[in-house]
Amino acid sequence: MRGLEYHGILRADGPIVIAAHRENVGFSELARVRDRTGELRLGRIVDISEQAIAVQLFSENTGISIDESWIEYLEKPLTFRVGDGIVGRIFNGLGDPIDGYPPITSSDLRDINGRPINPSARVYPRDFIQTGISAIDGMNTLIRGQKLPIFSGNGLPHNRLAAQIVRQARVLSGESQFAIVFAGMGIKYDVARFFIDSFEKSGVLSRVVMFLSLADSPSIERLVTPRTALTAAEYLAYEKNMHVLVVMTDMTNYCEALREVSAARNEVPSRKGYPGYLYSDLASLYERAGKIENCEGSITQLPILSMPNDDISHPIPDLTGYITEGQIVLERDLSQRGIYPPIAGLPSLSRLMKDGIGEGMTREDHRDLAAQLFSAYAYVRSVRDLAAIIGEEELSDRDKIYLNFGDRFEREFLAQGEFENRSIEQTLDLGWKMLSILPEAELVRIPPKLIEKYLPRTGNGDPAKE
Amino acid sequence: MSAGYITRISGPVIYAQGMDDAGLYDVVKVGKAGLIGEIIKLKGDVATIQIYEDNTLMRVGEPVECMHRPLSVALGPGLIGSIYDGIQRPLPVLKNVSGAFLAPGLAGEPLDTSKKWHFVPLLKAGDPIAPGTAFGIIQETASIQHRLVFDASVPASTADWIAPEGDYTCTATLVKSREGKEYTAVSWWPVRAARKFTEKQITHEPLVTGLRVIDVLFPIAKGGSAAIPGGFGTGKTMTQHAIAKWCDADIIVYIGCGERGNEMTEVLTEFPSLIDPRTGRSLMERTILIANTSNMPVAAREVSIYTGITIAEYYRDMGYQVAVMADSTSRWAEALRELSGRLEEMPAEEGFPAYLPTRLAEFYERGGMVKTLEGKKGSVTIIGAVSPPGGDFSEPVTQHTKRFIRCFWALDRDLANARHYPAISWNDSYSEYTEDLIQYWDSIDPAWDALRTKTMDILKKERKLSEIVRLVGPDALPDEQRLILLTADMIKNGFLQQSSFDTVDMYCAPPKQTFLLTCILTFHELAENAIKNGAPLLKISALPIKEKIIRLKSTLENNKVQEGQAVIQEIQQAFTQLGVGAQGGLSI
Ligand SMILES: Nc1ncnc2c1ncn2[C@@H]1O[C@H](COP(=O)(O)OP(=O)(O)OP(=O)(O)O)[C@@H](O)[C@H]1O
Ligand SMILES: [Mg+2]
Repeated sequence: MRGLEYHGILRADGPIVIAAHRENVGFSELARVRDRTGELRLGRIVDISEQAIAVQLFSENTGISIDESWIEYLEKPLTFRVGDGIVGRIFNGLGDPIDGYPPITSSDLRDINGRPINPSARVYPRDFIQTGISAIDGMNTLIRGQKLPIFSGNGLPHNRLAAQIVRQARVLSGESQFAIVFAGMGIKYDVARFFIDSFEKSGVLSRVVMFLSLADSPSIERLVTPRTALTAAEYLAYEKNMHVLVVMTDMTNYCEALREVSAARNEVPSRKGYPGYLYSDLASLYERAGKIENCEGSITQLPILSMPNDDISHPIPDLTGYITEGQIVLERDLSQRGIYPPIAGLPSLSRLMKDGIGEGMTREDHRDLAAQLFSAYAYVRSVRDLAAIIGEEELSDRDKIYLNFGDRFEREFLAQGEFENRSIEQTLDLGWKMLSILPEAELVRIPPKLIEKYLPRTGNGDPAKE
Repeated sequence: MSAGYITRISGPVIYAQGMDDAGLYDVVKVGKAGLIGEIIKLKGDVATIQIYEDNTLMRVGEPVECMHRPLSVALGPGLIGSIYDGIQRPLPVLKNVSGAFLAPGLAGEPLDTSKKWHFVPLLKAGDPIAPGTAFGIIQETASIQHRLVFDASVPASTADWIAPEGDYTCTATLVKSREGKEYTAVSWWPVRAARKFTEKQITHEPLVTGLRVIDVLFPIAKGGSAAIPGGFGTGKTMTQHAIAKWCDADIIVYIGCGERGNEMTEVLTEFPSLIDPRTGRSLMERTILIANTSNMPVAAREVSIYTGITIAEYYRDMGYQVAVMADSTSRWAEALRELSGRLEEMPAEEGFPAYLPTRLAEFYERGGMVKTLEGKKGSVTIIGAVSPPGGDFSEPVTQHTKRFIRCFWALDRDLANARHYPAISWNDSYSEYTEDLIQYWDSIDPAWDALRTKTMDILKKERKLSEIVRLVGPDALPDEQRLILLTADMIKNGFLQQSSFDTVDMYCAPPKQTFLLTCILTFHELAENAIKNGAPLLKISALPIKEKIIRLKSTLENNKVQEGQAVIQEIQQAFTQLGVGAQGGLSI
């Protein structure tokens, strides 16, 4: 009961504490455990029977002893206090302010687990967000309300890319209220600092709500952090009608915390020791992106995850890709060749692109142009493989042209400056310029009338050969 | 009535005691909030229950009430055009109650009880009634006549009274039997039990999907079953959407099982404005949606596919051809795994319960072409997406599914990456229906089988040749072999590849399908001849007609195939102008 502490626990096993059964304790409600030093820890009830109660702590269990522990049951799930005052503030993963300013004054408490959006109440996202990055705008367009993760690897510039997106993201059809929610899970202080500085430099810091559960915080707290952050995002989007961009990093740390807890509970693991419900669990976060009826606001998610061993088939990127609406994949090879942003041309995908581009949204030629660039670049890959075996000189003339196209596509179209902000027209025109390297007869994915209109030509009517 | 109470709560699985008169698979109302659950195990008076809703704050000791009936769906007019969650709660109604977010403990009538339907009786007083007797007709949509047929649970009797033709709500009594039993337009059927029929039949009729790679290379029969396995983003959902839009079924049941909310919204916003070419009506007027998305309760995800298939069987029993899309069966299998884990059952492969193959078999077995109880011909075609972890087809769900389906449309990561859609691999896919369907295609184009065989042959040769090319480059091949590569390229770009966004090409009618192939293969045959007569391949591949053939899929409309015939002559002319033998047309 609330206000009443029960003395003693039965067992402590990793992050799981087992206590004797008590009346009036509800599933999934919050419990507070006090140890002999007076330190308080929060936890969630994950199993109750007539004999016992299992509490999963959100922090380390060091110092918890069988006899000298006290538990209080709080009769509510974990909540976050919302209000106008949250914008511009920094919280820990549990939602307590850690920026030294006073607590939020509001009586509005929200269950951090949220509720599933009724599929019939969703509004299909269609608004194009211009990020100013050609590889994204041209080939993997970001849409307002989309969940589009960045699949990265150690040492790749995912943070710089995310910061550039936050800095440059614009919606072409007029301006509106926006906010940024940042959830840092298990990241180092300098990464958090990088984001804070970058928000500050681009003048948006006052529009950011930060949730930080850094590498030195208990790993279990990471399980709560994105939920608290998304609760803030939902409040801002659906009650304050803001367009919210949520950056969550690093989802891999989140998943590892989940594995830790699952192992402690002796659950049957599925792939690589991750629990069988990893998919459902991740979905309960990612599906909180979107737009709903009768509401201006939106939640766009930009989760970042590092692929263990750069392996895209690892359960974390794999299950993420199965839930999100595409992915931006960073490629080590491109990065090593000095190309920024090293966005892999082929495995990257935006699924909402199909309904957010074209006439009236970006430009009429966008879809066909992108399809042609993808298919030409895919062919480049196979030509490169061949060249590696038989040597470049042995390639046919057509293949040599493709090689040239591939190199220039990477150096001129994919690559751009960290502070270079290209308009969608610039991006599309650049795409056409790249295609003009190829013989016109190769452009079978584009209708002739668009080729006629957009393909740059030299004076004599031949496609420009540079 | 049993007065049980909760003894343990472990996520969506709870245990209750005092359930001695409850039956296995009975529906229960759990806790003070009255959440809906189902008994999945009984031992003494302890019942294990899966709950279909979020049970946060539920307490041990709260009451459990047994409803003494199995989980059932309501079947009657008004299903078409609806969107339900996994246990048939109408989502738009729930939205009116709780707003944009789903709350636990909500209820809503699956069928609108206030709407009046025009009923035309088919019986008169004194007529016998039995399972399979049709007693009336309601025009449900402009194109769907809803036949009211007594199901297998109705005891044989005689009609004492029949409502006269008129407008009735679905709760109004329409028939009274001699024993005084009353029947309305709505009946209930337990979701986990297959609906009865007279006999299963073999079909020789394809489900025409309008996707060339399927209809020509790997066709499916009405009443058949297919799996679409593929890693994330390879095109399972897009393929299912395309089939749901354009296939020649009468009714579509689309089950979004553990997938994205936006994909359901997409169907809801797109289908109403699309016109079914066969009826001239909106596509939504033949579609029923079951949406239990990935973030909705996992136990309800497990039932969602049964809810969907039961509704499909119901329309089959009226004599309709129904197609079921299940996206994704892997998420359903994972729901089974999650619940099995909570039950602390002994896991088999990769944590899945040992009964996974049995459940899969039972599900696919509910498809088929049948003679209904009434004696009509109806079918349920099942098309299930499979989402293998890491895109690796050797995992249990894909492997077991393969045993129970006869069409395998394998999606290929490399094709998808190259944006070759649909990314259905011509190397790894198969259909066991091809033989059965030749007769149908003969009526469209007698050359179908020959075209198909030739196409498969060229693709097979190309695969072998590409391996050589990968080692030594194409220059080492003689021209006739390089022609194979060229033609294969034309087949891929001009035939197999079909974008869902191309307004002309998103649906391809059967005559156009064979015509496109005829063009490509005519080109191939003439080119073969020309090479024999000494024409260099370089000149052949530079022929402008080649590009024209590749673009034909987007330039030639389905109803203009006749006019397209001129292209064949153009091809012949092009080769005549090359100056080497252009006699004859396609010899197959
Ligand atoms: N037939 C098609 N025509 C055009 N584009 C397609 C086609 N099929 C797939 N795509 C493209 O591929 C993307 C992913 O397709 P889809 O959503 O169907 O994948 P999926 O296999 O269902 O993935 P997941 O398992 O993650 O749900 C689409 O958003 C679209 O851009
Ligand atoms: Mg899908």
